[in-house]
Amino acid sequence: MNNEKAPLLEMRNIKKDFFGNQVLTDINLKLNEGDVLGLCGENGAGKSTLMKILFGASDITSTGGYGGDILIDGQKVSFASPFEAIAAGIGMVHQEFSLIPGFDATENILLNREPKKGNVVSEVFGDRLDTLDRGEMDDRARAAIEKMGVSIDQHMMINSMPVGHKQFTEIARELSKEQLRILILDEPTAVLTEKEAEALLDSIRGMSARGITVIFITHRLHEILSVCNKVAVMRDGVLVQEVPASETSVEQITHWMVGRDVKGGGASISTRNFDDAKTILKIEKLWVDMPGETVRNVNLEVKEGEILGIGGLAGQGKLGIPNGVMGLYEAGGKVTFEGGEIPLNNPRKCLDSSFAFVSEDRRGVGLLLDESLEWNVAFPAMQIQNKFLKNYLGGLIKWRDEKAIREITEKYIDELKIKCTSSKQNARELSGGNQQKICLAKAFALEPKVLFVSEPTRGIDVGAKALVLDALKKFNRENGVTVIMISSELEELRQTCDRIAIVSGGRISGILPASSSVEDLGAMMLSNVI
Amino acid sequence: MTTQKVKAALKNFGLPRLIIAGFLLLLLIMAPFVGADLPTQISNIINRFSWNGILVLAMVPMVHSGCGLNFGLPLGIISGLLGATLSIEFGFTGPLSFLAAILIATPFALILGTLYGWLLNKIKGGEMMIATYVGFSSVSFMCMMWLILPYHSPNMVWGLSGKGLRTTISLEGYYIGALANFLQINIGSISIPTGTLLFFALLAFCIWAFLHTKTGTAMTAVGSNPAFAKAAGINVDKIRMLSVIMSTWLAAIGILVYEQGFGFIQLYMAPFYMALPAVSAILIGGASVNKATIMNVIVGTILFQGIVTMTPTVMNNMIHMDMSEVIRIIASMGMILFALTRKTEGSK
Repeated sequence: MNNEKAPLLEMRNIKKDFFGNQVLTDINLKLNEGDVLGLCGENGAGKSTLMKILFGASDITSTGGYGGDILIDGQKVSFASPFEAIAAGIGMVHQEFSLIPGFDATENILLNREPKKGNVVSEVFGDRLDTLDRGEMDDRARAAIEKMGVSIDQHMMINSMPVGHKQFTEIARELSKEQLRILILDEPTAVLTEKEAEALLDSIRGMSARGITVIFITHRLHEILSVCNKVAVMRDGVLVQEVPASETSVEQITHWMVGRDVKGGGASISTRNFDDAKTILKIEKLWVDMPGETVRNVNLEVKEGEILGIGGLAGQGKLGIPNGVMGLYEAGGKVTFEGGEIPLNNPRKCLDSSFAFVSEDRRGVGLLLDESLEWNVAFPAMQIQNKFLKNYLGGLIKWRDEKAIREITEKYIDELKIKCTSSKQNARELSGGNQQKICLAKAFALEPKVLFVSEPTRGIDVGAKALVLDALKKFNRENGVTVIMISSELEELRQTCDRIAIVSGGRISGILPASSSVEDLGAMMLSNVI
Repeated sequence: MTTQKVKAALKNFGLPRLIIAGFLLLLLIMAPFVGADLPTQISNIINRFSWNGILVLAMVPMVHSGCGLNFGLPLGIISGLLGATLSIEFGFTGPLSFLAAILIATPFALILGTLYGWLLNKIKGGEMMIATYVGFSSVSFMCMMWLILPYHSPNMVWGLSGKGLRTTISLEGYYIGALANFLQINIGSISIPTGTLLFFALLAFCIWAFLHTKTGTAMTAVGSNPAFAKAAGINVDKIRMLSVIMSTWLAAIGILVYEQGFGFIQLYMAPFYMALPAVSAILIGGASVNKATIMNVIVGTILFQGIVTMTPTVMNNMIHMDMSEVIRIIASMGMILFALTRKTEGSK
């Protein structure tokens, strides 16, 4: 790189505290044109905060700004709002989508930057009333999409898109900005399938070749190694390492991130054989009408005491299976549990038959965000099994037993190492990983016979991931609970499960022991994709 | 450490409440100086609190179940009015007529509440707007019914034609003061309607206790996150329906308590605007669209009724001109406006 020229972006001694709580300490970072920086760290390490500072986000300015300097081309800059940051050539793709659901891809990509044509009215009343140049808009949006090397329908409404396409639309929006020089991608691959993620990585390489600097935040470390030329690792608000990507490895980065050793991938695969065990749950001809995850015809037998993994590409229907069986989406078919048939479309009946479900939609379905952890953990068990209740007047009055609720919550806080100030804290205030653990605690408190766990590690960091998977395994081994785990990450399924069923095109395309190779499982995933 | 605790307590109490409480205090201090009789005023505030408390309490169940503020309060009030007029029509007198009115109002409240709950379950998300019009249209419908229904009691019907109910019906000889006179305490010119306050306390305790039961917990969870509640096997529609019925029944009881204190049954357009003061009171008390406690009800009712009674009196005495009605309307509508601007606090 050219050392005489001032670096494109330089951050000097960046500090930030939220109400006295130091979240960033003396961050120093230099990036040149075309650099791709992989920024990693556990949840809460301060990655997102650092990027928000760079982007001039309002939650930084409204909480007292930050310390230190940001320099672009050697000039000190300070963005009071994201608009100023955008004007200076910074683009950001957030973890949460910021798209307008009722607009199509083209309109979202070019929102407020549409090419325009003059008309009679705008001659008189000014250019706010110009007509949109639809043809030109299509051309520009197509160009931006092509830059990514993927194909998405640019006239599809955002609300009918699968998540992966939404993500690409966001990135295309940033790419369509001509002044773009620095692009921040905050966990863009978290919602993508491996194929889509690969396409994204390709487009990052392309951007870098055109001189755009990319800051890439992700939990998937191998992606960082394959696409970045620099790696920066953050831990507890401090930049602990900054090295060229060629000089490091996944194990080393993981080690820096958590400050302790984490068992690497591939290890601890221990498949148990359940061929002789009795079938506890039988699913026949299941169809589920879940938008984006349609299940067409699933037949599946689950053995008592095993951990069955369900994998597959996004949108192929693997998430539809637990949601359909548990009655959260309209479903049909036949589900037999311990010889008796379980009626579908009735969550209560499933729960009464000792099923439990940890939803993939943690914040939407999994938690009472504005209530205490105690409520979150105890609520389903209280409602379904009359636990944690004191009976008065011969059971006429069922009074909440606050003491029992606190005890069970504290037990799980201890067991699952949930980081919180107290069991009275609101679930909203916890980090993603700890929220996931609360969801597990909630399901454990039900003491189910069959536990469905959907995407248990989505969006949580390496350390928390290992804890969550271990907790699941332990729950399965010690309590003899049959676990059905749905996940997009094959590696995780191989480490945790005994058998893995692959869903493709709304059907089970095959079941293999977890010790099978990734290639075999991967081939099955693509077998009848639609 | 202590200053931090004080700060936390103040923050908990909330700025809007501090401002209103400060203003109320100011009015109370000013009252003797402008020539208003302070004991009478305090007595007034206590009385008005006792009349209105239950109507405000009626907001709580629906807020908890996520149905929002019950702008359809007039529906419950109408059930109460039916109970009141039928009790007189059937010839009950004295305090017994109060009990009869409650008993007769209850089935109406249950039926109307069920229909209202069914409607609100059809239009999730737009509850408050729909509720407002349910309230308005039911009042208008009853304006016709009060004329048509075959009431005969000479104490209630128009004198000349002998049919159709009068707009205002005196409760003299019926249940005027049925609760208020029970254990009434008189200190100088301050009179405390102990019975009414006890009755309010009883209902408030029941609601508080209900929210600590299994079903009450489910109700709060439904309001907090319906998807979570559904996944936990709760029949969301049933719980919402229950909350609406409870709200409607409390409104029916509330209006009867109001009447026994006020001394008159007011028909026709009187229930039209009765939802707004109750909504304002609970918002001023610190409730949000999906969180409300009994404390919110008590604090809110005292503050709201205090301002509404004190402002006109103090202002009248200051400018020596009788504009009490105008000032009362300005003050109460101003309070409602202020309360509604506070509505977005909380987490919705």
